[in-house]
Amino acid sequence: MQWTELQTAMADTGYIADDDLAMAIHLALSLGRPLLLEGAAGVGKTEVARVLAQVKDTQLIRLQCYEGLDAAQAIYEWNYQRQLLSIRAAAEDGETGRSVEQRIFSEEFLLERPLLKAIRQDTPPVLLIDEIDRADEEFEAYLLEILSEFQITIPELGTITAKSRPIVILTANGTRDLSDALRRRCLYAHVAYPERATELAILKARCAGIEAHLAAQIVGFVQSLRKEDLEKKPGIAEMLDFAAALMGLGIADLTQDPVVLQATLATLLKTQTDRDNITTEIAQRLAGKAA
Amino acid sequence: MTRVTRFAARDPGPAARMAGFMAHLRDNGLRLGVGEAELGLAALTHVNAADPTEARPALKAVFSGCAEDAERFASLFDAYWMNGGRVVEKSVPTKAIASDNVHSSRNAKGPEASGASGAPSTPDGGDGEADADGEGKLVASVIQSRMNTDLRNLVQPEDIAEAQRIAERLGAALRDRRSRRRRLARKGDQIHFRRLIRHSLSTGGEPLHLPKKQRPDRPLKIVTLCDVSGSMTTYAQVFLAFIAGLMRADDTADAYLFHTRLVRIAEALRDRDALRALGRLSVLADGFGGGSKIGASLMQFSRTYARRFVDGRTVVLILSDGYGTDTPDLIGEALAALRKRGCKIIWLNPLKGWDGYEPVARGMAAALPHLDLFHPANRLADLAALETELTRL
Repeated sequence: MQWTELQTAMADTGYIADDDLAMAIHLALSLGRPLLLEGAAGVGKTEVARVLAQVKDTQLIRLQCYEGLDAAQAIYEWNYQRQLLSIRAAAEDGETGRSVEQRIFSEEFLLERPLLKAIRQDTPPVLLIDEIDRADEEFEAYLLEILSEFQITIPELGTITAKSRPIVILTANGTRDLSDALRRRCLYAHVAYPERATELAILKARCAGIEAHLAAQIVGFVQSLRKEDLEKKPGIAEMLDFAAALMGLGIADLTQDPVVLQATLATLLKTQTDRDNITTEIAQRLAGKAA
Repeated sequence: MTRVTRFAARDPGPAARMAGFMAHLRDNGLRLGVGEAELGLAALTHVNAADPTEARPALKAVFSGCAEDAERFASLFDAYWMNGGRVVEKSVPTKAIASDNVHSSRNAKGPEASGASGAPSTPDGGDGEADADGEGKLVASVIQSRMNTDLRNLVQPEDIAEAQRIAERLGAALRDRRSRRRRLARKGDQIHFRRLIRHSLSTGGEPLHLPKKQRPDRPLKIVTLCDVSGSMTTYAQVFLAFIAGLMRADDTADAYLFHTRLVRIAEALRDRDALRALGRLSVLADGFGGGSKIGASLMQFSRTYARRFVDGRTVVLILSDGYGTDTPDLIGEALAALRKRGCKIIWLNPLKGWDGYEPVARGMAAALPHLDLFHPANRLADLAALETELTRL
């Protein structure tokens, strides 16, 4: 598949990727390297994985990282409850200790967590490791090992090697700096807020019934809002919420009703300071310019 | 319209041009190894390598590792491959290594050399300033030469080693904030009994997991903002050595330079080779020794980076003399905005060490109410003396 074909295929499922991003995804697929996506919250990093799974018609396996994430949550864990029940039952049946031990450390008693699950699939799945920067550095190091070897060693069972290499997408938004080792192992794409034309295409792809005039206004408004001094800039998801809100209220023009516009800003501005900063006058001015 | 670079006829071929491109990227501070070069070539086989609009994003995905790299990549690519039709004499660099040797050989004979060249820029040797303040022409030429870089002349490796020791001690003084309570931790020194009992219920009262608890570290992060405007040039040596030391001693520290604009230098200073780090810094600090816009720079900091990197457990260290060209109110406003993030602000002013210095510069006066600590510092020893002050913060 050429990168332009990939770009079109992604556009068909409703994700408009710019050239840099499409190329990075294309290379990640053809070189079999993990892809690291960085960018502000709400620019559609996670969405890339979902769409890619759809395009490749494969399963999406997601690992959400958080502080204190450990191997038991990310890779595998023994099902202790079942093991205990088996041991008790075996004691009543008079099974020998050795055979019980063999039985309770079999795959039947293994709980797959995302990473193990991803490497045991027959068809390569999309493995999304979301917000890797939230996980601890120790986990990052462990992840590196899995990403380079694609095998996991379980002491009681032996080494499990990947049946197929998953397509790995990592996302980060700068909670902490990632290690050089991880960056080097991955291809990199920085996802920025989209250009006006791209954002318009996204809006049209997601809200099929929207009128051209309103769509252009919404995109213009959100684009100029991002240039204002805000604590939290509205992302694409917010822009889509905003559009949905306006359509739901039956608004045809942004400048039509200042009160409604101010109320619908709740979908775009998520902190008190930002709400205070964008007064009715400023919102009207931006809306007027966006037309 | 830029045109594709024409390479000299005797040039060995595409692989050598790629090698040249890699060297070009490395010269510009991207950390790339042989592995990346190989991956880059592999990537080009998957796209139409002859078309710059395809090759550029493809190589960008492979060679850039962070947002800053990605931003610069297009211009680096164009500088090498789209050189306006000019002929590149030889795409395989042979001189690059030689020029590195020059630096190392100069530094090898460091002791004598620093005696001669280092002394005038040492701030506490009073003659140095008199020299620098001499005739107009002389000053202009001196500033000119510093404008285009070489911070390596200013900072000696021995200074960095010394500064690193001090920075380590300072860092430790700031960082050691231990809590009394213990919290659940993966590697703890005590067993977390409450959780142990609760968890054992699900396994029929048998404790299979032993959750641990530990006193959590409450590290303070140090963010340094260093003024490198003309009036600060004589102190830059000390401060830059200090920052370089700090960055190497403490992984969480963050650093910025400002003159008329703000530049993040943390990434460059983390380079293992101290001299190369300064070299990379020199490229970033373009405009070094010029005017300074303290207020605007601080404002820019509090609006951009501070939102990501500054929180209640951060100490912001500002190294500046407070002489700027923009309105003093801006400094106050910027510091107030920064304060709202809950951080501590320390201002180290080299001029405060002078007898009879009063913070009368309007900028400094506007800043004072927002500072947690205002202290003189113009030698490494002064910075070392800060240790006791900082523990009290």
